[in-house]
Amino acid sequence: MIEFWLAALSLTIFLYVLLDGFDLGVGILFAFSRTERCKAHMLRAVSPVWDGNETWLIISAAILFGAFPMIYALLLGAFYIPLILLLCGLILRGVAFEFREKSRRLRPAWDAGFALGSTVATFMQGCTVGALAQGLPNIDGRFTGGLFFWASPFALLCGVGLCLGYSLAGAAWLVFKAEDDLRDRSYGQVKWLLVGVLLFLVAAFMFALRLDLRVMTRWIERPILSLCPLIGAVGVIAILLGLYRRTDYLPFTGAVLLFIAAFGTLGLSFLPYMVPFSITYVQAAAPPSSLSFLFWFAGIFVLPLTLVYTLVTYAIFHGKVGEEDGYQ
Amino acid sequence: MEWSPLILSRIQFAFTVSFHIIFPAFTVGLAAWLTVLEGLRMATGRPLYRVLFDFWLKIFAISFGLGVVSGIVMAFEFGTNWSELSLRTGPIQGPLLGYESFTAFALEASFFGVLIFGRRRVPAWFYFLACAMVCLGTSLSAFWIMVNNSWMQWPTGYAMTPKGVFVPVDWSAIVFSPVVWVRFPHMLLASYVTGAFCVAATGAWYLLQERLHAEGRAMVRMGLGLAAVLVPCQLLFGHLNGDYVHDKQPAKFAAIEARWHDEQPAAEVVLAWPDEKQEANHYSLSLPYVGSLIATMHLDSKEVGLTDFPQADRPPVVIPFFAFRVMVGCGMLMLGLAWLGSWFAAQERLSRRRWLLWPIFFSFPLGFIATLTGWFTAEVGRQPWVVYGRLRTSDAMTPFLTSREVTFSLILFAIVYLFIFSAGMTYIYRLLRAGPDVAPAELRGDTNPKRPLSVPGDAPGTQSTEIEART
Repeated sequence: MIEFWLAALSLTIFLYVLLDGFDLGVGILFAFSRTERCKAHMLRAVSPVWDGNETWLIISAAILFGAFPMIYALLLGAFYIPLILLLCGLILRGVAFEFREKSRRLRPAWDAGFALGSTVATFMQGCTVGALAQGLPNIDGRFTGGLFFWASPFALLCGVGLCLGYSLAGAAWLVFKAEDDLRDRSYGQVKWLLVGVLLFLVAAFMFALRLDLRVMTRWIERPILSLCPLIGAVGVIAILLGLYRRTDYLPFTGAVLLFIAAFGTLGLSFLPYMVPFSITYVQAAAPPSSLSFLFWFAGIFVLPLTLVYTLVTYAIFHGKVGEEDGYQ
Repeated sequence: MEWSPLILSRIQFAFTVSFHIIFPAFTVGLAAWLTVLEGLRMATGRPLYRVLFDFWLKIFAISFGLGVVSGIVMAFEFGTNWSELSLRTGPIQGPLLGYESFTAFALEASFFGVLIFGRRRVPAWFYFLACAMVCLGTSLSAFWIMVNNSWMQWPTGYAMTPKGVFVPVDWSAIVFSPVVWVRFPHMLLASYVTGAFCVAATGAWYLLQERLHAEGRAMVRMGLGLAAVLVPCQLLFGHLNGDYVHDKQPAKFAAIEARWHDEQPAAEVVLAWPDEKQEANHYSLSLPYVGSLIATMHLDSKEVGLTDFPQADRPPVVIPFFAFRVMVGCGMLMLGLAWLGSWFAAQERLSRRRWLLWPIFFSFPLGFIATLTGWFTAEVGRQPWVVYGRLRTSDAMTPFLTSREVTFSLILFAIVYLFIFSAGMTYIYRLLRAGPDVAPAELRGDTNPKRPLSVPGDAPGTQSTEIEART
């Protein structure tokens, strides 16, 4: 039962990172588009799916609280400031998405809110993951670190890295979904963002070695980890091939592979710990009575239904979005 | 007063949860109203019901969106500000709140989309089913929240580990706790009454402006008619709530009554200024015997006073005392308006009674005020406990939070909420001012089920100019 919930949580977090990743990335890139035509085109490429993407965050939080309350209490408390900023960023961007259409005078303000909210939310997620990889100082699930624990140089670097990563996914998504000018422009962005992401990966790797992070010893203990860079390399090749041949679906496929590689690396290095080297998932799990209560409806019925629903949404809104048609 | 992280966290939670509850309180009732309208339309075939349905669906969608957005914050705040509570009660509160997200999401995902853009794509009976399912989904959401909160009011079905963690041992005792089954109907009825008065007030507005006569009359009549039946039920459930508080939370009961010392027979303090320092009431207006009568239905029962409890275990008095009286006052006002209005409406004389239409128009906040003050009574009255009698609020917060962090987050939430609230309200106001579209067009096909805020299609600017052109 514990393993079921661990698997479910990994899946929902991965789906969140992958799916909200590209639409947050589009939000970040939104700041760099000037014309209303271009902005509207960008929004059309994500508007059918962004809200559904964000529900995976709620579902992850619900599973974390229900199945691993100890982690929920520790992480949410320890990352107080980044989470508050993340939430405000998500609110601002979600509301801006809808209200920009309905307002005339305030439209520039909503646009700024959309780009700013997306960037802040992404940056905070990156910092959180970076700080978590460094290990959370805690005694018995109670945080003992400092106020700006989440803002260590390594964590900040990860924040910047995730902004680059999400932007890459966003640009690749635009290549996949958009047409004409926007698609061409996004090809250019994919190229530079890929360079940025690779530079970040090298920098983060060196930094982690220098900090002598304990997570890094996993590379020696667990040879299977080296599969992840391999998958990542395939992803990079796919993106390059896509750039070279102008095959619209390849950059996004490559970005997905990169995300799988990154997520796999983190997951495989953390296991069996949920907070590296202090709390394992067995220690963190709720008592069996809580887990099975949650399992018999939420686990076997609602979760699969949500997955199916996500697939259906993507199936309905498949294909390219043009500059004029559809969502206004 | 010192601005400790504790008091700031409490203010922040109170602020965000009060902001949030406004929207569910409205949408739970509105979902039921939409279901009724659709049912009536199917039964009678009158186009009027369709016009009303389309109109209120737009308002429902915006409120629903704002409710979802502000609800996300709640899902995180348990951990950010109250990590000790999450750690200790997580095995019970986690699954309950998890069920809230899951059921709400399951029904929302499947049927809200049909409601918004599926009218032409599904058979009529299925569309009605979708309405009923959205109604069920919002009610189930409220149900799980009430189960969770009722457990905090009267914890049951648990065992305590040596580390102080609450472990569930009997889920049916938790879910079917007697407290749930008086508080859940109380909340559900509150939402229905709130929705009913908003509908009636909108109708009264149109009648006062002498336009949209058929729609306005229908709104007033249906809204007030529903309220005329539901408000008495609500008073009954309010009384049953009082019974549970009297039996299970005597300190809260004494605070609501501002009763400082044991009394036999007990008087009922109607109005006063309770003074917590002197443990006495100033300017008190009280009725002898009535206190005992309300508490136990006997004239001579002995009622406990606050001084029976150690100072550290007493709730604040001023807030529960006044909040409770405001709630009851709103209830009485609503009862009077609903009965009087329904009486005239039944005789088709309401449209000419402008002296009555004005108070009905201004009655729209009454349901919200009553809901909020009811929650203030319940939550402030539960203090100093977060899990009644078991875990103190001061022991439940995230231990290492500083005032600086919470001040920062509180200000940030205040700014963001103010911003989105004013935008949402402006938009709802413009929709209400424009009124129902008497020749109903199909809702636009490109609306997205996952984007409730996007439903009402046009920019409000265009609608208001339309109205000005018409008048």
